[in-house]
Amino acid sequence: MSECVLRTRDLRKEFGKGDALVRAVVEVSLEVAAAETVAIMGPSGCGKSTLLHLLGGLERPSGGSIEVAGSAVDRLGERALAKLRRTAIGFVFQAFHLIDELTARENVELPALLAGRSPRVARRRATELLERVGLADRASFRPAALSGGQRQRVAVARALSNEPLVVLADEPTGNLDSAATLEVLRLFDSLRATGQTLVIVTHDSRIAATADRLISMRDGAFVDETRLTGGTRGSLGALAGLEG
Amino acid sequence: MQEVVLAMLAKEPSHGYELRARLRDALGPIGEAMNAGQIYVTLGRLEKGGFVSCEREPGLAERPDRKVYALTPAGQRRVAGWLAEVTWPGPAPAEFHLKLVAAAAGHLADPLTIVDAQRRELLRLLRDTQRAAMDEPDGTAASLLLEGVALRLQADLRWLEACERHWLTNRRTEKDPR
Repeated sequence: MSECVLRTRDLRKEFGKGDALVRAVVEVSLEVAAAETVAIMGPSGCGKSTLLHLLGGLERPSGGSIEVAGSAVDRLGERALAKLRRTAIGFVFQAFHLIDELTARENVELPALLAGRSPRVARRRATELLERVGLADRASFRPAALSGGQRQRVAVARALSNEPLVVLADEPTGNLDSAATLEVLRLFDSLRATGQTLVIVTHDSRIAATADRLISMRDGAFVDETRLTGGTRGSLGALAGLEG
Repeated sequence: MQEVVLAMLAKEPSHGYELRARLRDALGPIGEAMNAGQIYVTLGRLEKGGFVSCEREPGLAERPDRKVYALTPAGQRRVAGWLAEVTWPGPAPAEFHLKLVAAAAGHLADPLTIVDAQRRELLRLLRDTQRAAMDEPDGTAASLLLEGVALRLQADLRWLEACERHWLTNRRTEKDPR
């Protein structure tokens, strides 16, 4: 197994107390290797979004440990945590969270500027990334002038701005129609092919099917795990109704 | 398969290899799994059944590729019947559903484990279908077929989610009867 980028041990998150106690994440142990793509699926309310927030340091765990690139996320102070989030982790959200007043390029530049890169470097990087997600010709458009699929591609470019060790995506196709989803699927598949480490939580089977490894979550815990390899064109033929 | 071959012949009398090429265009990567001999076996059966006639091109060696096939009137009627047919064969949920019910009732297995295993299988198939679809240029006949396969898989996966919810609720109420 190659280098481990993200690791959790017996991770727990609880909300409320006594009778109102909700165990959102129950003793989750996870290791994600460099260049691996992992999809975590489960019904709504299973705790998968909370888990992603814990992994990204957006929420603090109730117990257990999280390491990202060797840093103990659960023990970092606020400033160190903010720095880790900026430099090691890229986030992609269901609702894109682009800044409406900025152009696509400016949105993508922002994380690099916040990380202290020079405007010139940030601009060059943003231009490269927009090219990579196929939106070089939309660089000066504001989000309102872009389709849903294009907005999510800008958001992915933004997530890649500081060359994160891991990209965490929360329902990245949740707000998209079928054609826009295919755009985003192609993009995630190209990220996988270029060795970007990726953790996706989703209930969309299409995006989950692009991952190397799939984990099912129920009631806050991991219940099933599989590598999505294998399968043949022959069985596709049967599925298309070609046999018999 | 017989009906498909007949319908492909309806355009004009053709060699077997021409039919194969038409099928390959329409099916794209899914058609790669088809055995090259399959079409000749099918044509032989159709000839025996009186649905196609076959003429050998004169003066050439005895090879299946030298034969030109054409529809007979019986073949034309069968194609017309097939085009009007509305049965929609596909994976019937009843069998899987009954598997879950029986597994739970007889404590043979955890229905949720069966759902998980089935989901793994369908996701693998969806992954292969999407890979093939992403490789296929937009707008081809084959990409349309792949979209159909992917949509059916998604529908089945969504139904598995419903199965998961149902059996999960069932388990909770068994553990914690109110």
